[in-house]
Amino acid sequence: MKVKAFFNMYIEGFRNMGKLGKKLWAIIIIKFIVLFVVIKMLFFPDILHERFHSDKERADYVLQNLTGGKK
Amino acid sequence: MSIDMSLVDWSRAQFALTAIYHFLFVPLTLGLSFIVAIMETIYVTTGDEKWKEVTLFWMKLFGINFAIGLATGIIMEFEFGTNWANYSWFVGDIFGAPLAIEGIMAFFLESTFFAVMFFGWNRVSKKFHLLSTWLVAIGSNLSALWILVANGWMQHPVGMRFNPETVRSEMENFWDVIFNPNAVNKFLHTISAGYITSAIFVVAISSYFLLKNKKMQDFAKRSILVAASFGLITSAYNILTGDSSAYTIVHDQPVKLAAMEGLYKGKKGADIVAFGILNPKKEVGDNKEEFLIAISIPKALSILGYHKLDAYIPGLEDFVFGNPKYGIESAASKIEKGKKAVAALKAYKEAKKANDMPKAKAALEEFRKYEKYMGYGYLEDPKEIVPNVPIVFYSFHMMVALGIWFFVLMLVMLYKAMTGTLAKSKTWLKLAFYSLPLGFLANELGWIVAEVGRQPWAVQDLLPVKIATTHISTTSVMITFFMFAFIFTLLLIAEVRIMATQIKLKAQGGHNV
Repeated sequence: MKVKAFFNMYIEGFRNMGKLGKKLWAIIIIKFIVLFVVIKMLFFPDILHERFHSDKERADYVLQNLTGGKK
Repeated sequence: MSIDMSLVDWSRAQFALTAIYHFLFVPLTLGLSFIVAIMETIYVTTGDEKWKEVTLFWMKLFGINFAIGLATGIIMEFEFGTNWANYSWFVGDIFGAPLAIEGIMAFFLESTFFAVMFFGWNRVSKKFHLLSTWLVAIGSNLSALWILVANGWMQHPVGMRFNPETVRSEMENFWDVIFNPNAVNKFLHTISAGYITSAIFVVAISSYFLLKNKKMQDFAKRSILVAASFGLITSAYNILTGDSSAYTIVHDQPVKLAAMEGLYKGKKGADIVAFGILNPKKEVGDNKEEFLIAISIPKALSILGYHKLDAYIPGLEDFVFGNPKYGIESAASKIEKGKKAVAALKAYKEAKKANDMPKAKAALEEFRKYEKYMGYGYLEDPKEIVPNVPIVFYSFHMMVALGIWFFVLMLVMLYKAMTGTLAKSKTWLKLAFYSLPLGFLANELGWIVAEVGRQPWAVQDLLPVKIATTHISTTSVMITFFMFAFIFTLLLIAEVRIMATQIKLKAQGGHNV
């Protein structure tokens, strides 16, 4: 299968998509926006990467939690 | 050590909610992809257009499930970074490789061949299309492999060594991690359970077609022939993998096994409880009866665990209080050693900080001596090692009962499809239809056995759940818990409604759209 034909398959596939396919794509896009933009950015920071700048600091923090009670 | 248990509980509840909802979508992706691939293979080899119609319809339902379930698992990764930072850091090196391979494979295999599967009809050759369908099925299942390898490692951590410098478990042997018996059994048992769920899904909906519209007889019969054959083989296989899983648990997680069987006192020639009602007042260490009612299979647990009629199977009390006769160490002794490991780890770090190398060396030696008990150092009461027995016991027994029912159902439906008596068997068609949710239920019960059964551990014997959590606000975890409950319920409603519309349309004799 040639490269152009391969991309045409995608283009025409989306162009000729039925009502159900469009509805599913709409759900996927809304879901991705909600999950990655709203939920991930507002509610789920990567705590260790946000609070510390190096792996050494992160390791020290976790070690503190493992050996001396949570900070 | 100050631990906010409400934070731990809410974090656990949130993870459980996410995993349970996520795993409503996964089994259909795992199994329906193969059922569709088999149907398409028959179409390509016979050239019979009716098989193409069958393939297209089930492929459509597969697509709906895939689209709606897509990325629901990513939320668990969000939770790792926020709610479970200590755990994420602790296991990072072990999880990194399998999850990276999973991500790359899933992306290339699924995104490329998924497009061919749906857009490629009449654009690529029949054989290439068929190959794409098989590759989507194989790719989806391989994605599950890496996740289950990671989970298997948490149940039985092998092929790693904890590095006190980096405070991480570092991989020493990739193959030990991949071929960890717990991971292999978990993968085979989980995917075969997904196949059965999908087979029931197809058989149940086809039964609905037969009950609603006689003109659907040919379509439904073809669907049931494939799905029931697939379901029968995978049901038998699932029983075998269940047996090997139990064998692994006997050796690697014996406390979980004792909880699964409600076994408080160890026994030689231990029975398997086929049906039982636990005594709700029973606690570890008292002399009350374990069961109010129990129907048992004599010596079956000993045979299952050690392939010997009179093998000793330890009970929960053996693990809590110890049993020197059988060389079982008490939890109190392990806790004492665990506390030595934690103290040595702390001493090592302090000595390193003070640049006192002889002291650091001695502390490290002490840590290595007690390292395998490390997790016990965070427990205060020996009874903490016991998971919630009723939840584990009932979940396990319901799962097994459902597994047996699925085997019978698949056998009968296949027989009726082959003998042409399907359309007349209204009772069996109704039974098959009402069994639709049971496959999903059995999957969830299996996960409850696996995950509740290994409490209190996030990583078996090394890291308890209460230490794995991040110190964040309980309120924020509560808010996101309800947010996820809302989003997932919405997605589930969307899935059921969209599928129901397509199924009803088909039942009325509608064509694929």
